[in-house]
Amino acid sequence: MNIQNPEIENNVFDVRGLNLWYGNDQALKNINMQIEKNKITAIIGPSGCGKSTFIKTLNRMIENVPIVRTTGEILYHGNDIFDKSMRVEELRTKVGMVFQKPNPFPKSIFENVVYGPKIHGIKDKKLLMEIAEASLKSAALWDEVKDRLNDNAYGLSGGQQQRLCIARCIAVQPDVILMDEPTSALDPIATLKVEELMDSLKQEYTIAIVTHSMQQAARISDKTAFFLMGDLIEYDKTEAIFSNPRDKRTEDYITGRFG
Amino acid sequence: MSAAKLEFLREGREDTMLETDQTHAFERYKVKIDSGRIERRVRLNNGLKHLFSLSTVFALVVLAILLYRIGVQSAGWLDLQFLTSNLSRFADKAGIYGAILGTVYLMLIVVPVTLILGVSTAIYLEEYAAKGRIQRFIKVNISNLASVPSVIFGLLGLAVFGRMLNLGSSILAGGLTMSLLVLPTVVVASQEAIKAVPGFLREASYGMGADKWTTIRKVVLPVALPGILTGSILAMSRAIGETAPLVVLGIPTLILKIPDSVMDDFTALPIQIYYWTLDTVLTPEYANLAAATIVVLLAVLFILNSVAIIIRNKFQKRF
Repeated sequence: MNIQNPEIENNVFDVRGLNLWYGNDQALKNINMQIEKNKITAIIGPSGCGKSTFIKTLNRMIENVPIVRTTGEILYHGNDIFDKSMRVEELRTKVGMVFQKPNPFPKSIFENVVYGPKIHGIKDKKLLMEIAEASLKSAALWDEVKDRLNDNAYGLSGGQQQRLCIARCIAVQPDVILMDEPTSALDPIATLKVEELMDSLKQEYTIAIVTHSMQQAARISDKTAFFLMGDLIEYDKTEAIFSNPRDKRTEDYITGRFG
Repeated sequence: MSAAKLEFLREGREDTMLETDQTHAFERYKVKIDSGRIERRVRLNNGLKHLFSLSTVFALVVLAILLYRIGVQSAGWLDLQFLTSNLSRFADKAGIYGAILGTVYLMLIVVPVTLILGVSTAIYLEEYAAKGRIQRFIKVNISNLASVPSVIFGLLGLAVFGRMLNLGSSILAGGLTMSLLVLPTVVVASQEAIKAVPGFLREASYGMGADKWTTIRKVVLPVALPGILTGSILAMSRAIGETAPLVVLGIPTLILKIPDSVMDDFTALPIQIYYWTLDTVLTPEYANLAAATIVVLLAVLFILNSVAIIIRNKFQKRF
């Protein structure tokens, strides 16, 4: 299926006929989907349906798996990300990622946040400090860590570590933030904090989130895509998906009949 | 009847048959557990425990005898004069200053050559090389190289560095030969250390648009460094103690001149021990000099190994 959006310039990503194989196993089948600017797009589906694979394709992280092969195109603001002229390093500064398990570096909190700016060539100490403060404030972590910026990031709780990873992502000033089940390793309170954070972040960033929790998708997202066995079954406004799904399989999944 | 089983029955699932069979197996099994059997196993365990502890004691006894003998023989010979004098025809005037300096010079070549070549190779194999048959073949053969006897490396060094490049039995020839000898060990140790760096750290870096080398330099190497250092220090202590390659290279028996450049002939601690032991036939006191040199060499090796252990403990796994 293919939902055409009349406001094309509002689309950050335009996925066209995307197929993806791991060796001989097809993980994504002819995906057509647009991701809108300043919206939270949730991707739901049972384990192994291809939702993580899909989100990792958007910034080509999936290519770290050596046997991956893709066809079709993904337009990012109109440019195909698979085009030879597109450098993955450049794409990933624009399309950042937050992972399932919090993965801070074994460095200080400050060094974690400024890692991105530093590798992209910013050396000015004062500027780095400003970036760190702004990023940690955006990630709602500043008040908790401002007195111990030089402590090792591994001393933070899991929820704080995940928000640190979000701050680290923001510090690169991306356009899109991809989140791969960002709260699956967190307790309910930490999850709530990350969800509140996402809601405030969508003012400035476009967010795509893979989640196992349908409640989470319903709570936070503007649009929801339902994947099953590598197919995009249904993609619509979140209220529509949850209140009035058009496909029987979507309905079965969101009412908890499988998955 | 358990709730789960009840549910199986309600649903008319055939899997329940399996459960009944298992119950029978448990019954049959129970009969076989008799106390005589347990008694025999406990006795076997106790017997083996003593056997294992004896093996440990054996190694310790050998070390104790070695330390005692060289301790007694070197007593009175190991003093400051011994450490700061050069060779002499008179046993009571002879010292190992030249040999210590030779070993230091040797390390000045071995350390940079093996670290640069070894870590670079490990980085290539673990991070850049495409995972496949060729990469595995190379890795297996580097491991094989690590177990090639040192005398063979000595012959290789003699042919390539000594003869072909005409370096003779200089410090440079000795250092390069020793580097070849311990290079595989450094490569393997560095590979293991790099492999142990969790993939999610690399992902974090790539996810922010870092290229491979930046990720290696800023994330992988700092985390792998303790492992690389531990392995490298152990490799260096092997290089310090090896004798055979230097003997094959033809390090001269008697050097009266203290080396002052890498092209000079030299002697090293293990070589000194070797020749003094041979010469004991002529002058019996040389045995004491050899023992005193062994004490110095062992002290250096113990210190190096301790440093390696300290580094390993200090940077215990954090993931």
